[in-house]
Amino acid sequence: MIDGVATWLGPAEWQAVRLSLRVAFWATLLSLPLGILTAYALARWSFPGKQLLNGIVHLPLILPPVVTGYLLLISFGRRGFIGQVLDDWFGIVLSFRWTGAALAAAVMAFPLMVRAIRLALEAVDPRLEAAAGSLGASPPWVFLTVTLPLTLPGIVAGAVLAFAKAIGEFGATITFVSNIPGQTQTMPSAIYAFLQAPDGEAAAGRLVVVSLVIAMSALLLSEIAARRVARRVAGG
Amino acid sequence: MTLAIQLQHRFRDFRLDIDVQAPPGLTVLFGPSGSGKTTIINTVAGLLRPDHGRIVVNGWALLDSASGHILPPHRRRLGYVFQDARLFPHLSVRQNLLYGRWFARLSARDHELEQVVDMLGIGHLLSRRPGSLSGGEKSRVALGRALLASPRLILADEPMAALDEARKAEILPFFERLRDESRVPILYVSHSGSEVARLATTVIALREGRVTAVGPPDVVLGDAEAMGQDTASLLCASIAAHHDDGLTQLVTPAGYLWVARLGDPPGTPIRVRVAARDVMLSHQAPQGLSALNVLSGTIIDMQLEAGPSAQVTLRVGTDRLVARLTRRSVGQLGLAPGQRCHAILKTVAVAPGDIRTAPLTPG
Repeated sequence: MIDGVATWLGPAEWQAVRLSLRVAFWATLLSLPLGILTAYALARWSFPGKQLLNGIVHLPLILPPVVTGYLLLISFGRRGFIGQVLDDWFGIVLSFRWTGAALAAAVMAFPLMVRAIRLALEAVDPRLEAAAGSLGASPPWVFLTVTLPLTLPGIVAGAVLAFAKAIGEFGATITFVSNIPGQTQTMPSAIYAFLQAPDGEAAAGRLVVVSLVIAMSALLLSEIAARRVARRVAGG
Repeated sequence: MTLAIQLQHRFRDFRLDIDVQAPPGLTVLFGPSGSGKTTIINTVAGLLRPDHGRIVVNGWALLDSASGHILPPHRRRLGYVFQDARLFPHLSVRQNLLYGRWFARLSARDHELEQVVDMLGIGHLLSRRPGSLSGGEKSRVALGRALLASPRLILADEPMAALDEARKAEILPFFERLRDESRVPILYVSHSGSEVARLATTVIALREGRVTAVGPPDVVLGDAEAMGQDTASLLCASIAAHHDDGLTQLVTPAGYLWVARLGDPPGTPIRVRVAARDVMLSHQAPQGLSALNVLSGTIIDMQLEAGPSAQVTLRVGTDRLVARLTRRSVGQLGLAPGQRCHAILKTVAVAPGDIRTAPLTPG
């Protein structure tokens, strides 16, 4: 089936689809641990600067994506203050690479992920955690054996939401890593590029279909997964 | 002493200041809401850090603020039975039961799963999830989970408050067995006089953050100052016979009592709780009264209270029986210590829930 889709799409289109999936997958996977930690900190801890952290996490949601992309460029670009350190010390370059696209997608999807996980964490009954503690479980074990499993539906929902957002990210990506076919041209960038060309409408249309299918499948999958997990968690 | 609790804690207007010790067995923290029961049990559990305190269980210090020694909750080796069962919804009954045991050190295991499952009669539930259990079943699983953690102290915070009478009757015997068969001390929070009468080895009566009385239940329950309206007596009895009219005849050192039919065979020793406000006194042996239960005894103590009430204590046989009367009645009858008189107990005063089927002297 994949071969069929690949033939139906032209090589440039197929490349954009594969790149988008790769970018969204890594963006979601790598931001998940940080997302859970941030959600936990916002839901459970009180510390100075909590409102500031909350604001920073939500910033990409309300800033124009172009601004987020520009901020990424001046901090993670080759001559940016973080990008320079990454390049000099670890040889990691993000700007104008697919890894940069993944970073942009992760940053843009982060607030959605944290929100979903935070809501699920706040719904976990702290009395169950106290019960686990009274039975001899240390705080890390309480988190692993009680909090995390009970938060799982929210984590699944947050991850899927983040994946969908990462697939569709456009503004920050194109600003940070540009629109280089095979390197940083994700599906939305490709659709944009095809629409600029005089005879690109058919290719753009095919990519639109693929976008629709991916988005619907992601929603459906998350629905099934969340329902299955919720049933497990609620007992019954 | 098995359990020693010394605490001072201030929270807004509430001041807790107690220093009590209890022998082995089941110790009940008894008092109205706001008396400090929950504060005490949360401090023992490590969920609350008191201003000052020292808590020692069988020589093992959970807390000693003088030396800065504070064990975190998960190192206290407790079995906490909560009012709401608090079973983990994402785990099966079996996994819930084994949760605490997994954290207890291998060598410290006191109970095997089969043993506890048999005792609580929950074998058929093992593969189920907590969501599908009834209230009584949840309570039993919660009790089993606490036991399997091999605790050094069992805490129970009104474990039956959320259950109806039938479910209570289902759970009470397990606490009795635990008290009689296990050497682990139990600290039990309750505001039910009948639970105290049935379960307690020791009662700590609390009011407004202070201890008003400590001792065996027959002494504390009869202490009007500590118990107020809830003053009651515990009488030793044993089952004499079951009669065809649905009554069971009990024999006490002071005479016979009649109660609604009991399930235990003749000869079973039991304790009967009689609420002080359900006792009337009379000089003459009563005639033409519908009450069946009359015991005669000698007045040994009289307390006139500030309000309209008075409390008269009688010696009936080898037991003490407390009657709560009005001061006016005491004056009209001319009651005085040393007098002999008859105590009329309404049959309903001896409710089955208040009857404790256990030896009189604990241990």
